[in-house]
Amino acid sequence: MIRSELVQKIADANPHLGQREAERVVSTILDSITDRLTEGGRVELRGFGAFSTRGRNARTGRNPRTGESVDVDAKRVPHFKPGKELRERLNMD
Amino acid sequence: MVQTQKSVPTLTRADLADELHRTIGLSRAESADLVEQVLDTITEALLDGGNVKLSSFGSFMLRKKGLRVGRNPKTGVEVPIQPRTVLTFRPSQLLRQKLND
Repeated sequence: MIRSELVQKIADANPHLGQREAERVVSTILDSITDRLTEGGRVELRGFGAFSTRGRNARTGRNPRTGESVDVDAKRVPHFKPGKELRERLNMD
Repeated sequence: MVQTQKSVPTLTRADLADELHRTIGLSRAESADLVEQVLDTITEALLDGGNVKLSSFGSFMLRKKGLRVGRNPKTGVEVPIQPRTVLTFRPSQLLRQKLND
């Protein structure tokens, strides 16, 4: 499923909203998650999962093509931990 | 290396619903319902066995793990870890960038 298909499903399930508002619903949710992570916070959605950020130390990397050393700055990367309920449901056969 | 900044409160379902209420002007009840619908729709697609790709945000990918032998770290007893499906999130390039601007 891609983003436009998610929007379509929300629009179909809520006919009074229409495509444009369904798109706003999806982007408002995703943007709010993104914003909280950029502020250095966490996002906890019980049953679904939690988004957080993790630090990566600066390191010396290598250009795989040329073998040249490059300094890679310390950075933060997003992390998602699936919730217990979702993990369990994915493994029910 | 988990970093948490206590000063920023954790975002929850209620906050997402509040955001829909404020920015789109939907009722609080409908906003809360829509947050649930979006999460449920993503969950259903994953339970159907498909990946979910949300452009400019990231992708939820399912990975099949095979049977392997694990060990109880306390007792050292070997136990089989059954084949299972794990969910991973691959953040988009845009999301990665935004975190480091």
